[in-house]
Amino acid sequence: MSWQRKILRVDLTAGTCTPEDLNMDWAHEYLGSRGLGTKYFVEEVGAKVDPLSPANKLIFATGPLTGTMASTGGRYTVITKGPLTGAIACSNSGGYFGAELKMAGWDMVILEGRSPKPVYLHIENDTAELVDAAEIWGTSVWHTEEHLKKKHQDPLMRVSSCGRAAEQGCLYAAVVNDLHRAAGRSGVGTVMASKNLKAIAVRGTKGVATIRDPKAFMEATKAGKKVLADNAVTGQGLPAYGTQVLMNVINEIGALPTRNHRDIQFEGARDISAEAMAEKRPTDGKANLVTNQACFGCTIACGRISQLDKTHYTVVTKPQYWGASGGLEYEAAWALGAANGVDDLEALTYANFICNEDGFDPISFGATVGAVMELYQMGVLTKEQIGIEAPFGSARALTFLAEKVALGEGFGREVAMGSKRLCEKYGHPDLSMSVKGQEFPAYDSRGIQGMGLTYATSNRGACHLRSYTVASEVLGIPIKTDPLATEGKAGLVKAFQDATAAFDSAGICIFTSFAWTLADVAPQLQAACEGDWSLENLEKVGERIWNMERMFNNAAGFTSKDDSLPKRLLTEPAKTGPAKGLVNGLDKMLPEYYQLRGWTQDGVPTNETRVRLGL
Amino acid sequence: MMNSLHIDPSKCTGCLQCEMACSFENHGVFATSKSRIKVFDFHSTGRKVPYTCTQCDEAWCMHACPVGAISEDKKTGAKVVNETTCVGCKVCTIACPFGTINYVADTGKVQKCDLCAGSPACAEACPTGAITFVDANWTGLDRMRAWAEKLDTQTATA
Repeated sequence: MSWQRKILRVDLTAGTCTPEDLNMDWAHEYLGSRGLGTKYFVEEVGAKVDPLSPANKLIFATGPLTGTMASTGGRYTVITKGPLTGAIACSNSGGYFGAELKMAGWDMVILEGRSPKPVYLHIENDTAELVDAAEIWGTSVWHTEEHLKKKHQDPLMRVSSCGRAAEQGCLYAAVVNDLHRAAGRSGVGTVMASKNLKAIAVRGTKGVATIRDPKAFMEATKAGKKVLADNAVTGQGLPAYGTQVLMNVINEIGALPTRNHRDIQFEGARDISAEAMAEKRPTDGKANLVTNQACFGCTIACGRISQLDKTHYTVVTKPQYWGASGGLEYEAAWALGAANGVDDLEALTYANFICNEDGFDPISFGATVGAVMELYQMGVLTKEQIGIEAPFGSARALTFLAEKVALGEGFGREVAMGSKRLCEKYGHPDLSMSVKGQEFPAYDSRGIQGMGLTYATSNRGACHLRSYTVASEVLGIPIKTDPLATEGKAGLVKAFQDATAAFDSAGICIFTSFAWTLADVAPQLQAACEGDWSLENLEKVGERIWNMERMFNNAAGFTSKDDSLPKRLLTEPAKTGPAKGLVNGLDKMLPEYYQLRGWTQDGVPTNETRVRLGL
Repeated sequence: MMNSLHIDPSKCTGCLQCEMACSFENHGVFATSKSRIKVFDFHSTGRKVPYTCTQCDEAWCMHACPVGAISEDKKTGAKVVNETTCVGCKVCTIACPFGTINYVADTGKVQKCDLCAGSPACAEACPTGAITFVDANWTGLDRMRAWAEKLDTQTATA
């Protein structure tokens, strides 16, 4: 089994919590977490729903490997229709919360309606109740977690919540658990706050006792852990440097988007890299990086724990930020740094703390600040409007705007709408570096061509976590392809998209795929669950999930026109580096991609494809 | 050779593989709440520290038990709870200075680390070597070696 076979349905309007049996037919077709949660979502919610209306639903879903000894088996996914994009939103998170929810006996929580007043959901094994949240509404994620643990006298409780940014309507607000692990993208936290749901606090003492063949499972998970330990990326690079190991690498290959993608290499990259995080500061003799940290069950441990320089302007009068907390990952360091031309590592770390404390996506936030800075340089936005001088490279503008978005104050309210709405409002829609309304992560698709197709076709808007072809194009995993070529990328993107959907749906971390293929996941799932979890079937499950998400987006009104990139990436050639002179060759990849997917020229799955996948 | 659990907190990442291994070994379930070893996350300093019973020679729990439910496993040196004899009075939980023996409401008995009869599942599961099972007489050996390595006599005399 390994599913708990139980769903908690919470009607926030009526204030009721009702257990339901898990639909096992669907579990066999969609596995868990991302896939199974999305299946429930698309069956229950109309594609045209207003994301911030009570008719939208919010699903927290674990996978069959969540809460087990499978390495990285601690993940959960939050699924809804996203307010930033209007597309399917599906963000997953590590930390400890997902495993706790599973150990309390639940595969999934479905939240529907809207509570008449702020509440939080308290789950203790089989017992679930909605509790008045007046005392934590209007407070941060960090305060919420501390308050609930004290109130319930339960230091072992795990909390997932939204912060003040979400309450204030920031369209890329996150759901944050364990202080600094986040279902970060697409505004899943915004939907949570729109339902007047502040937090889910869970304590699970039942555990996961449903492994089909425990002996085979222990052997399979042990073999999987050995593969991770023996691999240079998952065994050495990630634990030592975190994802930040990429900063200098991506800069050198000329794919580090800089100053709102005007440049493709950042002269300050080294100053905000993993190497810089590990160096002793001249001010206090300590390094920014304190230690690495694992999420639940993870034998990689790529997480960063950082400590700010107490003399830095951001915190010199704020001792509450002097302790160690979640530090910079690569995407955040890029978005808060290179995307704005800011090379002040401490300012980036502080902005990242603020993103965690009040729950908003550092990628969309940082990239939107990049657009603001470009508009400021052009004279479209002024100091008076923004509240501070905001040229590229201004750390003070970055941290000022982070504080404003967190609290929903002043110009922060406009930055909180994301770059698409902001750039449209000020008459320069082309300057929003986004797809389907969601900002790019940290790879320029002129220097890594496959990522252009990845972004254009990602079901949740621009995203690196839907098909990380960087692995192949830069790192040579599983095979090396040329980052500057478009040939073969359609097939590569499709294969990565389908495999990733299966990884995500198992309840494990996609970072395992630096070392594992689905062939390493299959035996772990097969030992844990009844049914067919062969490599072939997992690939098919992944493809089914991808097409299901696509069909929801099509029904929501997205067409092939939305599978595109901003003009800048298609018409302004890279100025420096190995990709100098190149734009992204999306037009060379997209038709082949549709064909390989079994979609029409308009990007719609054909009847034949749907029948083949059982959709 | 008698071995004992040896914990090096500087190597702990907080993954909780040890807690799952412990609960699986003793309860047949992945449930960190049922584990006899706990990892503490001192968040503001970034320190993670696994902690469990150190198997005192003159174990307070063993001496305090009014029904003689705790005895020494002569092979491993572990102080082991006999669940059939334990009456769940919890006096041992008061006696233990370290808090490493605890009542389990589900069973009405206490539980503590028993070294898994000589092959502790937590040490086996730990991916970083933060928890090891080493010669009880030489738990300091690695630390001594690390310091010894720093003593460069040639440089000192030069």
